[in-house]
Amino acid sequence: MQALDFEYMLGLVPVILGYVPLTLGMAAAGMVCALVLAALLAVERVIRVPVLDWLVVLFISFFRGTPLLVQLFLFYYGLPQVVSFLTRIDGVTAAILGLTLHFAAYMAESIRAAIIGVDRSQWEAAQSIGMTQWQLMLRIILPQAARVAAPTLVNYFIDMLKGTSLAFTLGVTEMMGAAQKEAAGSFRYFEAFLVVAVIYWVMVEALSQGQKWLETYLNKAFVR
Amino acid sequence: MISITGLTKTFGETPVLDQIDLDIAEGERVVIIGPSGTGKSTLLRCLNFLDRPDAGKITIGDLTVDAARARKAEILGLRRRTGFVFQNYALFANKTAQENIMEALVTVQRLPKAEAAARAQAVLAETGLADKANSYPAALSGGQQQRVGIGRAMALNAELMLFDEPTSALDPEWVGEVLDLMRRVAEQKQTMLIVTHEMQFAREIADRILFMHSGKIVEQGTPAEIFDAPQDPRLQRFLARVSG
Repeated sequence: MQALDFEYMLGLVPVILGYVPLTLGMAAAGMVCALVLAALLAVERVIRVPVLDWLVVLFISFFRGTPLLVQLFLFYYGLPQVVSFLTRIDGVTAAILGLTLHFAAYMAESIRAAIIGVDRSQWEAAQSIGMTQWQLMLRIILPQAARVAAPTLVNYFIDMLKGTSLAFTLGVTEMMGAAQKEAAGSFRYFEAFLVVAVIYWVMVEALSQGQKWLETYLNKAFVR
Repeated sequence: MISITGLTKTFGETPVLDQIDLDIAEGERVVIIGPSGTGKSTLLRCLNFLDRPDAGKITIGDLTVDAARARKAEILGLRRRTGFVFQNYALFANKTAQENIMEALVTVQRLPKAEAAARAQAVLAETGLADKANSYPAALSGGQQQRVGIGRAMALNAELMLFDEPTSALDPEWVGEVLDLMRRVAEQKQTMLIVTHEMQFAREIADRILFMHSGKIVEQGTPAEIFDAPQDPRLQRFLARVSG
């Protein structure tokens, strides 16, 4: 057995860190898009627009029912063969799109559950002062649902952050792709992937701290 | 001027409101009494379509709505002409006392934020809760929450204020302060339609009392007529029960 080459690992850290912005960027873009889409899907599931409801159910079913990797391959390698203008989509965009659709399906379900959990009196009070459905949703119901859904949504965000490593399979050189290239030159696979693992781990730990702050913030109205 | 004709509401097979006719003059204070489950709350809730009436006409000020074919804009119109005070307060849990009062002013009446805040503070002062402006509902007592609830409805300057058993969910110790605030609202010549089980308060505040039974207004009159000389045997029985 070969000893760990710490010097090599330390040297690799700044190289991999250079790709952190891309990873965070993909995750952040994916999360923002997924949250918006998930909120729309969830609201639709609650108010149930005819026909549209059926499509939303189908959407959620498909994106929850198939692996993320399969979805990414399907959209990046498969779809352009059928729909020609998609060939222009690059790996980063495809990864963000795939992560968005995949995680929106999951998050829609937890947001829907949180919306249903908001007390009926909150809907009635908002209606009684003459709010439109949109105002009621955006200003009263969703903010209260956010508090309930926040822990699971952060969980999905963590999952998404790690999921960006799959962009590597679409030819994107992100953290995982960079490590793979470095290791291919040095044959020190274990060290390279260990560095990647530790950096992911540290990022997720930092997010968990952020989660505590977020939950405190969302709970401030409910402290006696 | 508020005018209701033929207002009807059925839950499944059960008629809850049976052809209700009612006119209320500007500044008039009308109190509805009657046994539970006779449609008192439903009448209030149908006036702003929290429950959708099946038939009838509702006129509030310059707006007349035919319940059977009410459009969205008409429903919003009714809601914007009425203020509703809920039994369970129903304050927006994610907003402070002041924000609760400001909410309709900003989103519905489209007042500038500063103006809405000033009006909210003035209303809070009237409710005696100026020092609770930045408190969230969870940090307020039941009585304080209901006073904010009344403040939220007061701030609208609505043509009609609806009170749906505003003290029924309160611990006895908080009932007095809420009734006091309602008296102050009444002094401002606000048109009020109140459902309550507080008979002493009803006698004192009402210009007119309606007695409802089985979805109908069975008897109505001044407090003296209703409480001292009730005609209908159902009203007589009801009063005997509540005066225990």
